[in-house]
Amino acid sequence: MRSRSALRRVTTHAILLCGAVVCATPFVWMVLTSLKTAPEVAQSPPSLLPKLWLFRNYLEAFAAAPFARYFANSFGVATAVLLGVVTTSAMAGYAFARLEFTGKRVMFGAFLATMMVPFEVTFIPNFVIISHLGLHNTYPALVLPWIANAFSIFLLRQFFLAMPEDYFDAARADGCGHWQFLVRIAAPIAKPALTTVAIFAFLGSYNALLWPLVVTNETSMRVVQVGLSYFRTEQGTQYPLLMAAATLIIIPTVAIYFVAQRQFLEAAIASGVKG
Amino acid sequence: MILTVFGLCPILFAAYLSLFKWGLVKERFVGLGNYAAALTSKEFWNAVLVTFFYVAGTVPVSIALGFALACLLFRVVRGRSAYRTVYFLPYVTSTVAAATVWGWIFHSQWGLANYGLTTLGLPAQQWLLEPRGIFTIIGKYAGVVLPSWLGGPSLALVVVMFFAVWHSLGFVIVVFLAGLSNIPRELEDAARIDGASSLQVVRNVTLPLLSPTVFFLAILSVIWSFQAFNHIYVLTEGGPVDTTTNLTMHIFLSFYQLTRRGYGSAVAIILLVLIVGLTAFQARLIGRRVHYR
Repeated sequence: MRSRSALRRVTTHAILLCGAVVCATPFVWMVLTSLKTAPEVAQSPPSLLPKLWLFRNYLEAFAAAPFARYFANSFGVATAVLLGVVTTSAMAGYAFARLEFTGKRVMFGAFLATMMVPFEVTFIPNFVIISHLGLHNTYPALVLPWIANAFSIFLLRQFFLAMPEDYFDAARADGCGHWQFLVRIAAPIAKPALTTVAIFAFLGSYNALLWPLVVTNETSMRVVQVGLSYFRTEQGTQYPLLMAAATLIIIPTVAIYFVAQRQFLEAAIASGVKG
Repeated sequence: MILTVFGLCPILFAAYLSLFKWGLVKERFVGLGNYAAALTSKEFWNAVLVTFFYVAGTVPVSIALGFALACLLFRVVRGRSAYRTVYFLPYVTSTVAAATVWGWIFHSQWGLANYGLTTLGLPAQQWLLEPRGIFTIIGKYAGVVLPSWLGGPSLALVVVMFFAVWHSLGFVIVVFLAGLSNIPRELEDAARIDGASSLQVVRNVTLPLLSPTVFFLAILSVIWSFQAFNHIYVLTEGGPVDTTTNLTMHIFLSFYQLTRRGYGSAVAIILLVLIVGLTAFQARLIGRRVHYR
């Protein structure tokens, strides 16, 4: 009996380890390739470890394409989107939870309906609007369509609805209006929900490809994801440099993930509650 | 306060409503002409077929695999969080970068995948450059010649689907783990005491109790797989011979390369109708079999 349960534990771990290897191998192979020479990656059989550890490849990748600019663009845009989403979701979520105004139900219904519509369906009309506004190839074009989304508003509304009414009554008795209440009391209490929303906003923007691809065509406006996909065609055969660039692009999100792993997992699960 | 809400709405609404005006091509009203053009074009139906291959090849696989791994993971005490960290890693990395790496692994000349195959004594493959159907290829090695309509998804599409499962598996596992931890242990223990084997416990106790989670994941992953774009763009750009051009890619190419905005929008509306329709269908079909506690 005891040996059977031991056997079971060993098989469980063996299967889980196999899965973990499949998950992690690409990352290991990416880093190893990024440190090899160009002839070395084309040899057969492939070498496991680089013969020379060429950390210079990372500098060369930076020299081959303006990645510094791409990174600045990506971080700038993602930060702006994050700030926008946090602001709009806190305000609109609060309005839907605590204020009474005409058309509230209809409007909230309309908001929820937009959650069903994937961005891939609306990018053409969005592009037309942005062009008509003369914003093609600008930072506002990259930021504006993303600063409000129904899911974040919905999440904050649920949070504010769950907040005890007494808080507000007490604040009002002390002469506090809606604005002050939101900024001073409600928003600080809603910090966990706002963190979730912020992580989603930042990652969504940083990892986006379709919209930046559609709305920008100047090299100086490229974000890292677009930069990498062009780098692939421009430097197609330089696999070590390509892998170095991919490594650099993955590092920020993985770093955030390791620092805020708990929030990440909670965010993933929170997205599971939205249905 | 209220003003901000009103200020926000037009942005979303304009995006939403403008969809319907795009029967216009270059300011000319063509009515349903774009829809007719779509429904009669070979490329459109090819994209529909690719989309359905993709949904059928990714959604059940990632849910079944995710469920199995989550169940195993749930039994493990030591090292659970370490496993979870690794499994979730693909999900947080950018699709573009991760797909670039897989493109390198499936490189037709120097890729790791072909090295693995040849080491095992199997023939090297073209992978992402291979337009022939997966069943055709397997059939060839088995000495069977299959008719082309039985060829199945191209090998390139199979690689794309493999990537999709790899990338989303961590999310599925994490959601299942959250679901599993909500199940009262007593029910499973009771079944075990009554003499049920582990597989019976999973099938007759765990799975029914988790059915809301399965339902949610099924709906979400169907919607996601209809939207698949980034990794297809990086891995194949819709090729070879359009065998990985799904509806989203078809919309993008119509818009980007051919600047057929009206046509692209028409296909986008069809895509939306498909998503909404399929979600409603799933809700009716599976919804009835979901057990809420």
